[in-house]
Amino acid sequence: MSPELALLTAKGISKRFGGVHALADVDFTINHGEVYGLIGPNGAGKTSLFNVLTGIYSPDGGAFTFDGLPLAGLKPNDVAARGIARTFQNIRLFANLSALENVMIGRHVRTHANVFGAIFRDRKTLAEEEAIEKRAHELLEYVGVAKRANTLAKHLAYGDQRRLEIARALATEPKLLALDEPAAGMNATETASLKALLSDIRRDGITILLIEHDMKLVMSVCDRVLVLDYGKKIAEGSAAEVQKNEKVIAAYLGGEVSLNLKGA
Amino acid sequence: MRQYFGTKGNPAAAWVGLALVGVALLLLPWVLSAIGTAWVRILNLAILFVLLSLGLNIVVGFAGLLDLGYIAFYAVGAYVYALLASPHFDLHLPFWIILPLGAGLACFFGVLLGAPTLKLRGDYLAIVTLGFGEIIRIFLNNLSQPVNLTNGPQGITLIDPFRIGSFNFAKPEKILGLDFTGPVKYYYFLVVVVIVIIVLNLRLQNSRIGRAWEAIREDEVAARAMGINTRNMKLLAFAMGASFGGISGGIFSATQGFISPESFVLVESIMVLSMVVLGGMGNVFGVILGALLLSFVPEVLRYTVEPVQMAVFGRTLIEPEVIRMLLFGLALVLMMLYRPAGLLPSALRKRELEGKR
Repeated sequence: MSPELALLTAKGISKRFGGVHALADVDFTINHGEVYGLIGPNGAGKTSLFNVLTGIYSPDGGAFTFDGLPLAGLKPNDVAARGIARTFQNIRLFANLSALENVMIGRHVRTHANVFGAIFRDRKTLAEEEAIEKRAHELLEYVGVAKRANTLAKHLAYGDQRRLEIARALATEPKLLALDEPAAGMNATETASLKALLSDIRRDGITILLIEHDMKLVMSVCDRVLVLDYGKKIAEGSAAEVQKNEKVIAAYLGGEVSLNLKGA
Repeated sequence: MRQYFGTKGNPAAAWVGLALVGVALLLLPWVLSAIGTAWVRILNLAILFVLLSLGLNIVVGFAGLLDLGYIAFYAVGAYVYALLASPHFDLHLPFWIILPLGAGLACFFGVLLGAPTLKLRGDYLAIVTLGFGEIIRIFLNNLSQPVNLTNGPQGITLIDPFRIGSFNFAKPEKILGLDFTGPVKYYYFLVVVVIVIIVLNLRLQNSRIGRAWEAIREDEVAARAMGINTRNMKLLAFAMGASFGGISGGIFSATQGFISPESFVLVESIMVLSMVVLGGMGNVFGVILGALLLSFVPEVLRYTVEPVQMAVFGRTLIEPEVIRMLLFGLALVLMMLYRPAGLLPSALRKRELEGKR
């Protein structure tokens, strides 16, 4: 892993909440163009790591370097501007807005119209608005929710909501797409369709960081995986390596058991 | 245009509808003058409340920021006009200079009052904004010493009416054979202002800024994660809402000819908020409807309740003021039970528009 390939480097990331060590000295590297998995039992600190990465929490120790520049002290909106977009474990869509509007809002960070543009509707603003709407339609098509463009987000089926959230994140033109349990609650068909979407996103040059509990998905889609347990990194490596790692198996199953994953 | 008037792709119907509304607006003051001269004044006050509601709608309806002190910006606009166009400082600047100044100062106060509230949500935001509203009123009430800025509780009197050259808005005169009283002249001015403000609001709502406000209203955490600078957007919402309040305040000063801190008490803030909530937060036309209903109906009641009681009972059983408050309370309770989203809720409008896209 030469430095030129690295998109995101984390060194010594720590986060405490009172006495709870949500993250303790976590190091990892994500390379350009890979699909990087983040796994661990519940409470391991995966979402906390996301929150520290995207500026919702500030780390108590350690630093990130993203695309060559430090990510220190940035607010969430600045992190998005830098090129990291995320989805949420509990789906945080703009419930009373339509699917199309949700994705259009994703374009905010890459567009510029201000109050005067809004009021006077000059040609540049109108052109930008048209481009926003067009791109939003394209992204809805891309994730497979195009038929529901005008449905309010709160009325969408669960699987569509998850995909809409991905479309909205893609609208920000991220270099790194951080997905928090995108397959949660999905059946086998939906998961397969998500897997296809992730392949498309990777093919289009976006690096993916993926928190997931669905081990089949993780093992088949991720190039490398980071395993956390109680806030500490217990393994980092290729999916195959990590799968056989004793510490990882122990963390998930609490003992010396061999993990037998069919088809992974 | 089409998307605002729900005509399902029939532009002809929209234009005819608009033309009818235009004719009604043109004729309205004459119709009301025939019923009674006071009604045009009431109409003007109603339009001022429409302006206030549209301004507050930006803060509460679009951005979802619960503001209980909105009347403070109305007060700022009113006092700026009163101080710059009355015998108080013996300044008599023209209205077309003062109104933008009033809007600007109100805008500044909007940012000033909004800045400390940025990390607050819901109830706490409401309480702090309520506090700020009261602070402004108390300042206005007390800035009569050591330097007499606002003349304290006595208020400012003999405020200049609007003037363009020799055309005086307060002077009754005959134009084209029609009797234009002061209120009728102000009415037409207000209608123009309201139309401009409505267009501004609709344009803001359907823009990158408007969507950012709605994102903040729906889920501020997600909005920030998507790159929206929520601090600046919230301040912008406060600033824009406040500036509309400031313009309305200036016009209010001129039409009344007299202002005092008593016009800007807390219950007025709550009235404007009720208009926004009743009409349908976020929906520009809902808010206008709410404002008109809550301004007109109490006045209509005031004039009908007494005669009706006299006719039926031979004497006044309940004072009109009391009935007004009773019915107001009842209306709000019924609304919250049966139509909590407001008369013309925003989501409904969106669903109506769905067919068009």
